[in-house]
Amino acid sequence: MDELEKAVKFVKSSMIDGEAMEAFILSEREVAIRIYELEIESLTTAESSGVGIRVVRNGRTGISYAGTLDREAITRAIEEARDNSRFGSPDEFAGVAEPDGVEPPVMSSQWSHELLSTPMEKKIELARDLERLTRRRDKRIRSLNSSNYGESAFASAIINSNGIERYSEATYCWAYAHALAGEGDESQSGFGMSAAKDFSEIDIEFAAAEAATKATRMLGARKPRSMKTMVIFEPEVTRSFTSIVAGTLSAERVQKGRSLFANRIGEVVASSKLTLVDDPTDERFFSAVPIDDEGLASRRNVMIDRGELKGYFYDTYTGRKAGVSSTGSANRGGIAGSTAPGPRGCYFEAGQISREDLIESVDSAILVQSISGVHSGVNPISGDFSVGAEGFVVTKGSLGEPIKEFTISSTIQKMLGDVREVASDLTFRLGSAAGMTLAIDDVSISGN
Amino acid sequence: MVDADVVERVLRAALVSGGDFAEVFVEEKATFSAALDDGNVEELSSGVARGAGIRVRFGDTTGFAHTADLSERGLLRAAEAASAVAIRSTSGSSTIALSPRLFAPVDIESIMGSSISKDRKVELLLRLDAAARSAGASIRQVGASYGDSFRRFLVANSNGTFVEEEQIRTRVSVSTVAVGDTGMQGGYETVARTMGFELLEEVDLEELAGRAARRAIAKLSARPAPSGKLPVVLNGRGGGVLFHEACGHGLEADHISKNSSVYTGKVGEQVASPLVTLLDDGTFSKQWGTYSYDDEGNPAKSNVLIKDGVLVDYMWDQNQSDRAARVSSGNGRRQSYAHLPMVRMTNSYLTAGESNPEEIIADTEYGIYIAQLGGGQVNTATGDFVFGMTEAYLIENGEITAPLREANLIGNGPEVLRSIDAVADDFSMVPGTCGKDGQSVPVGCGQPTLRITEVTIGGTANG
Repeated sequence: MDELEKAVKFVKSSMIDGEAMEAFILSEREVAIRIYELEIESLTTAESSGVGIRVVRNGRTGISYAGTLDREAITRAIEEARDNSRFGSPDEFAGVAEPDGVEPPVMSSQWSHELLSTPMEKKIELARDLERLTRRRDKRIRSLNSSNYGESAFASAIINSNGIERYSEATYCWAYAHALAGEGDESQSGFGMSAAKDFSEIDIEFAAAEAATKATRMLGARKPRSMKTMVIFEPEVTRSFTSIVAGTLSAERVQKGRSLFANRIGEVVASSKLTLVDDPTDERFFSAVPIDDEGLASRRNVMIDRGELKGYFYDTYTGRKAGVSSTGSANRGGIAGSTAPGPRGCYFEAGQISREDLIESVDSAILVQSISGVHSGVNPISGDFSVGAEGFVVTKGSLGEPIKEFTISSTIQKMLGDVREVASDLTFRLGSAAGMTLAIDDVSISGN
Repeated sequence: MVDADVVERVLRAALVSGGDFAEVFVEEKATFSAALDDGNVEELSSGVARGAGIRVRFGDTTGFAHTADLSERGLLRAAEAASAVAIRSTSGSSTIALSPRLFAPVDIESIMGSSISKDRKVELLLRLDAAARSAGASIRQVGASYGDSFRRFLVANSNGTFVEEEQIRTRVSVSTVAVGDTGMQGGYETVARTMGFELLEEVDLEELAGRAARRAIAKLSARPAPSGKLPVVLNGRGGGVLFHEACGHGLEADHISKNSSVYTGKVGEQVASPLVTLLDDGTFSKQWGTYSYDDEGNPAKSNVLIKDGVLVDYMWDQNQSDRAARVSSGNGRRQSYAHLPMVRMTNSYLTAGESNPEEIIADTEYGIYIAQLGGGQVNTATGDFVFGMTEAYLIENGEITAPLREANLIGNGPEVLRSIDAVADDFSMVPGTCGKDGQSVPVGCGQPTLRITEVTIGGTANG
C-alpha cells in the first residue's frame, strides 16, 4: 500500500534528536453486507487510514492521532504529541521499544488475494445462502434478525526512533446469522458464525447450524432452582473465561496493584490440569501476527504451567519498570489508543478427554451455553465472579431441559482451582482467545 | 464544511443509477483527553478525524460508502461506490433542491475546550486526586480523567434537508480503590454533559471525588450478597441504565419492524405498572445524549414512549419512519461518518412519582437497596437482562444496613416494568455510552428512586 509507505517515510523524516518517537500507521479496507429476508439491507464499502503518534521527551509522554494520512494531518499530530508530552509526569521508564534481537516468526501469508478478487455478487449470495440454510435447519426458525458477510483487509506499520520498522498485513472474512426461533408466544434468539482467511473457507453450514441450534434448543427454557453444582462451559464460554483470567496477568494491572495475582509468581494458582499459553504466532488464530503493537516479535509465553503461575504480560514500559524484557505483549487500542500489555492469543492447553466422554462421565451438572454481563459481573481485583447464564441441565451423562435467567457465581481463584476436566476440543474463532469444553466443580447457581 | 453546490452535485451523482434517496454526511471531530493514575499524569492525548459517509437507498436496500477524502473528487468516488448496489438501472436525472441551510451552532456562552490551557485541565485531575485521597486512609489508588470533544457535521439529503450542527461535550470522572482487611474495593463517579468547559463551574470536583472514595470505602465492610428473588429499591442516581437496556432497546423501531422485540404490536396496551411513564428526550438541556438535530438532520424531540403504563409509541429514524409513512422522532444517530445511522436512544428516563424515597425504604421489610448499577446486557428478543450491582446494601426491617459485595441482578425487562410498585418524587440523570451493532453513542439515563417487587439476585460466591 503506497499511502502507508509514504506516511512511514514522512514520519521518519520528522524524527529529531532528543526525543523518542513511535508511529503506528494503519490502512484498512472493509466490506459489510447485511441481508434481511433475502434482500440486501445494506452494503458498505470503505477505506480508512490513520496514524497514532507517541512522543517521549525527558521521560514525559504525549500521544495524538489523525484520521487521515496526508502530510498536514501527520505534521499536526506530531506537533500535538510533542505539546502533550510537556504535561505528563516524568517517568524514568517511559520510552519506545528497543530492538531485542528476537526475529518475528515467518508465518504463512496472512493476505488472501483470493478473498479480495472474489466478486461482490458472490459475497452477497453467500450471505443470502446463510439465511436460507439457517431457515431450513428447523421449522421453528421464524425469522433472522440479519444474515451478514464482512471482510477486512488491513496493512499496518510500526516505526520508532530506535530503528524499529516493521510491517504486517492481513485479510479476514466472516459470516454470521442471528436467528429467531419461536413456539407459541415464546421466542429465543441464537447466534452462529464462521470466520476464515480465504473466502472459500467460510463454513456457512456450520454458522447456520449453530444459529439455528442455539435459538431452538433454548425454547421452553425455565429458570432453574438455586444450587451448588458442577458447571460445564461450552468452548465459547471458556474462551471468555480464558480472556478474563489472562487479562488479570497484565503487568500494568499487577504494578498498579489491580490484579488478584500480584506477587504470586511461582505459586500454585490453579488446578494442575491447567496450562495457560499465550501464543499470538499460533496460526490457528485468525488474528495471528508476527509482531506486537510496539513492533517487537510476537512469541509464545507460558503464563500458568500445570497450575503454577509463571509470569505476567509485559510491554516495553512495564518491562523496564520491573527490570525484565518485554514479552512482546503490547496491545494498542487503535490509532487513538494508548499501549498496554495483555494477552494476544491465549488458551488453556487442550486435555485428553473428548467433549462427549466428558459429558457422559457426569452425574449431575449444568452445561453453560452462554454467559452475559461479564464486564460488570467480574471483578479483576477481588476475583468475584457473578454472571448471567443460559444452558442445560445434564443428568447422568445426557443433556436435559434448557434453563435460563440464572446466574453462576464463584471467584476466579476458586474456579481455577476447581477445574475438574479440560476437554480436547480446543476451538479457534475470531478474537484473541480460544476455548474448549471445561468442567468446573462447586459453582453457585442462583435461580428460583 | 463542504459547499452547497458540491453537496448537490454529489447527491445527484449518488442518484445516477436511480436510487430513491441519497444522503451526504460530512463530519469533523476533535478530541482531547488527559488521565491521572496513581498520582502521575499519564499521557495527554488529542487528535482529529474527519470524513464523509454517503448512502443511497433503493427500496429497502441501502448502499453506503465512506471516505476521508473530502475533495469533490473523493466525495464523487464515494457516491459512485455507494450507488453500486443499485438493484435497478433506471438512469436517473434527478433534481436536487436543498432547503436553506439550518445551522445549530454551540451555545454562545459555551467555552471551547481548545481555548483552555492543558495546564488547567491537568490541574483538575490533581484536585480530584487530592480530594479522593483525603476522604480516608484506606484510599490507596485514585484515577481521574478529563475529556472534551468538538464535533461538527453537515448532513444533506435528496429530500432537501440541509443541516449543519456543532456539538461540544465535556466529561470528568474519578475512580478509587480502597484497601482494607477484606481486600480491595473500587468506587467510580462521572459527570458528562453536552456543553463546554463551563461544566467545570457547575461541578463540585471535591464532592465528586469524595463520593467515589466513599463508595469504595463503604464496600470494604461488604458481605456476600444473598441470592434468590428479592424486592429491590433502585436509587435514582444508579439505576436508569436498567430501563435503557431492558426496555428502551425493545422500543427501537428497527427491532419492532423485524419482530425482534417483545414490544412488537403492543402499542395501546398496558405494558408496565400504571406508575411508569417512560420518555426519550433528545432536547433535555445539555444532557449527555442531547443534540439539536439528529445525525440525519431531523430535529431532536421529547418523545413519550410509555404513559401511565400504556405503550404510546416507538423511537424512529428516517429509514424506519419512511417505511411506516410517518415522521422521524429524531432518533437517527451514528457513531461517526464511517457508520450507517440507525434508531438510537438519546436521554431515556422514567418520570418522577409521588412517593417519598425514605418511605419506600421504610416500607420494605427485607430486600436490596441498589445505589449504583454497573454495566449490563439485554436480549431484546426476550427482554432478558443481566446487570452488575456496583454498590448495593441490604434492607432489613425498613432500614439500609450492610453493604454487599458485587453481584448480578438478573431478570426480564417487561416483567420488571410491570412489577414496579413504588415511584419516588426524586430524579437523577446519569451519562453513559450505549453500544448497538458495534456503534457507540453518548446517552443519558434517568429515573427516580423506585421499588421492584421481585428480581433475582445472583449472589456472591459462598453467599
